[in-house]
Amino acid sequence: MKKHIKTLNTRNLQESLKKGGCGECQTSCQSACKTSCTVGNQSCEQLKK
Amino acid sequence: MIHAYRNNGYHIVLDVNSGAVHVVDELSFTLIPRIETFLEERFGTAARKEGETGPEDLAAAIVPALYPDLKEEARRAAQAEGESDPQAFFAEAVREILTLRENGELYTDDPYREYATAFKKRQTVVKALCLNVAHACNLACRYCFAGEGEYHGDRALMSAETGKAALDFLIENSGKRRNLEVDFFGGEPLLNFDVVKEIVRYGRSLEEAHDKHFRFTITTNGTLLNDEILDFVNREMDNIVLSIDGRKEINDRMRPRRAGDASVYDEIVPKYLQVAASRGGEKYFVRGTFTRENLDFCEDVKHLADLGFTQISVEPVVAEPEDPWAIREEDIPALCAEYDKLAKLYLDYRKKGKGFHFFHFNIDLEGGPCVAKRLSGCGTGCEYLGVTPWGDLYPCHQFVGNEKFIMGNVRDGITRQDIREEFLASNVYTRDACRQCFARYYCSGGCAANAWNFNGDINTVYREGCDLQRKRIECAIMIRAALAEQETEEEE
Repeated sequence: MKKHIKTLNTRNLQESLKKGGCGECQTSCQSACKTSCTVGNQSCEQLKK
Repeated sequence: MIHAYRNNGYHIVLDVNSGAVHVVDELSFTLIPRIETFLEERFGTAARKEGETGPEDLAAAIVPALYPDLKEEARRAAQAEGESDPQAFFAEAVREILTLRENGELYTDDPYREYATAFKKRQTVVKALCLNVAHACNLACRYCFAGEGEYHGDRALMSAETGKAALDFLIENSGKRRNLEVDFFGGEPLLNFDVVKEIVRYGRSLEEAHDKHFRFTITTNGTLLNDEILDFVNREMDNIVLSIDGRKEINDRMRPRRAGDASVYDEIVPKYLQVAASRGGEKYFVRGTFTRENLDFCEDVKHLADLGFTQISVEPVVAEPEDPWAIREEDIPALCAEYDKLAKLYLDYRKKGKGFHFFHFNIDLEGGPCVAKRLSGCGTGCEYLGVTPWGDLYPCHQFVGNEKFIMGNVRDGITRQDIREEFLASNVYTRDACRQCFARYYCSGGCAANAWNFNGDINTVYREGCDLQRKRIECAIMIRAALAEQETEEEE
């Protein structure tokens, strides 16, 4: 049990290199932002399943 | 590369390349950059190397090297935790940090650069279109990037034939991609609602034969919404974006009618509440723009939340530098403070059971995009294209009207492959400013249209936009840290 550091659950980006890129995810500008690119708040279609 | 920052009482350290997020105590917050420097000086890099000895050996070298300088910090931290031995407390923190490094969650290298080079040569398909079904608008929003809806050209409505040709083009160019997105945009798309209906019907008729699924969305100023339109939208649209800037005086000042001076706010708010309720509080956004005339935009978000909206997006204006409402460099500190205020409001409202989603704080740490998506960004010019009423293709809706970016037409396809290739090659590694930026895998290098508008080069960044983006990301991650802490407390 770590005492000094709490690590949040995150998707390991380096792992996603091995299995990513299906391209089924939403285009970021098609949701609510039409003027400022934000990719990090999109969800992965594969992980949603 | 790491990024360490304080926000709302939290000490947060991001390991940029792995995406790991650590919430740390004050002592570790001081130690993590010091250890990084120590490792770089000794080994040339802080990243773990193959075949290296374990964290215990390294800790045995680091503790005596760093403790003398940090003795006072260690004593204070140990005392605050009721620990009697500051050096043991210090050594424990060092071991925890080195264990993260051992596990590939701290001081990781950037392994994506080579991947990005290969990525430039990848085959892409078109998966999303922004259909400008109306280059016309019944409002005359002062900040409209589309020249009050007409994109600095002639007033025009898209014909059903052009809309159908756009869907045919999308299907033909979408390869094996099943989910296809089509946003009805303008101007005001409801000025051409019959054509919207016809395009949607046509799209649905194509789905089965081509094994495709259209996700239709619409962005409207709300003034023309009625029950018939809402029924259709609720049946067919995956999302509806409802434009409103927040408080009545702010909205009506920036979003006046083209004719008459009756309050737009008074007309749209009841309609928007009806939309939100009829969609079960989901799959809609009330979306506003803030300018330097409402730098206190947190009040506008609060106003929208107090009205009962739970899906809110409010974004900085995109304007010419000489426009009086354009965000200036000197406004950035006030705007960053406003995002901090908004993040606290977000947590406070959630605690009180009246939580809302703020689009730019919706960061998905666990289920977020893969690296491929983070490198390719929004897909402008390749996966995502804007379509004018007469069928011309542009890299995205924001380039429409700038004719040097016309890429082809929905009937003839993409005839300017050079433009497509220019956008395809553009990523975080082609923008110098992104190399040292912790936010690069969250924003993917930012908006190409903004870069073009401000610098005349898509491989640059719009600095003020970056400053705000970084702040939003910091706030969004702080919110995740706060929510995780609340969950732990509830479990205990």
